[in-house]
Amino acid sequence: MTHSNHYNAIVVGAGPAGLTAGIYLSRGHVRTLILNEGTVGGQMILTHEIANYPGVESISGYQLSTVMRNQAKKFGCDIKNNIAIASLKLDSDIKEIILSDGAVYTADAVILSPGGRSRTLGVPGEDALKGKGISYCATCDGDFFTGKEIMVVGGGNSALEEAVSLTRYASKVTIVHQLDQFQAFDYAVEEARNNPKIAFMMESLISAFHGDEKLEGVEITHLKDGSKQNYPIDGVFIFIGYIPNTEFLGQKVALNGWKEIIVNADMETNLKGVFAAGDSIAKKYRQVTTAVADGTIAALSASKYIHELQKYNSLQPVIS
Amino acid sequence: MLYTNLKHIETAAQHQKLISENENVMICCGRMGPMCIPVYGIMEDLEGEYKHVKFADMEFDSPESHVIRNVPEVRGFMGIPFTMYYKNGKLVKATSSIQSMTQVRNILDTEFAATK
Repeated sequence: MTHSNHYNAIVVGAGPAGLTAGIYLSRGHVRTLILNEGTVGGQMILTHEIANYPGVESISGYQLSTVMRNQAKKFGCDIKNNIAIASLKLDSDIKEIILSDGAVYTADAVILSPGGRSRTLGVPGEDALKGKGISYCATCDGDFFTGKEIMVVGGGNSALEEAVSLTRYASKVTIVHQLDQFQAFDYAVEEARNNPKIAFMMESLISAFHGDEKLEGVEITHLKDGSKQNYPIDGVFIFIGYIPNTEFLGQKVALNGWKEIIVNADMETNLKGVFAAGDSIAKKYRQVTTAVADGTIAALSASKYIHELQKYNSLQPVIS
Repeated sequence: MLYTNLKHIETAAQHQKLISENENVMICCGRMGPMCIPVYGIMEDLEGEYKHVKFADMEFDSPESHVIRNVPEVRGFMGIPFTMYYKNGKLVKATSSIQSMTQVRNILDTEFAATK
């Protein structure tokens, strides 16, 4: 271990929670490194306009994440982006994170804020036909399907709201949902039901995608009787929620049944010196503002932990 | 307007100049959207490492980007960004929609390996 690879704190993830933690820690003169597997900003960059972030009338998620990153860097926070974590050791006093390129980083405290990602169906053909008829972003790809027939998968607010927005382009939108009712708010369900371009296929799921160069059809499994049927279709948009990026933690940190990190009010996990914040923790509301709040609390808690650790270590007798 | 830190290509003529004057070129043609921004970010991160490759972006909605949107290799593409890889002025690989760092690296290492 080289001295330059040891930090007081390492933050895993650079969404709003991780960047906020980086800002608070670095401003408090805690030597901090943010390790980020994806793009800086996390799920925040998926938002074209953020109009409910107090103090800012309107800003894109990309712009807000850029400001947060610059703030963190201005206070001296190091950020390593697009890395891959190979292994980590969190149950010892000195925490260790090894990257896939062999680089080793250690810290007195770690804040986990890996965020989440769009859930995929995980059925045959999905990977190969992504961008060739399968999409996860109506705003991005809707206009490719002008005058075409498409399906939307999901039963939550996102699925129903995006289905309605896609009727601006598509000639017909069929919502495919595995349950017999929607989880979305009543207003979203009503708007979808009142749209003449929208049809519904309940208690059904897509079990395979077909096509070579582009999507040509799907196999639908009807859950009531188990029957399968092929449907020709030009496009499929998938909105089935998010999953926390916690697989890399293995069994090291306590997770709940949804693989979310369990924390207390101080954002402490079950491991000493390991904190967590943002969309990956077990909580009810996931907003940029709540992520920022989590990141603040985690940073202040980690800072207190580090100072107590340094104070304790300075009191220990030197054994020669 | 693409507010990235990449070189911006604004016209078909600039596109032609870039691919004809450089052996290895990667161009991401998209918008400032959730599927595109991660790819721009990856390119910015790799720019310093792959010095033998020229990285650039181009606005998908600009009429000038017909040089990317209308080539036969992207006929089946229905997701942005369209990411194009050129060697000696010739298109050698094109991808549709969001890509991971690993996927981009694999293409760069495969298509532009000889001069790395």
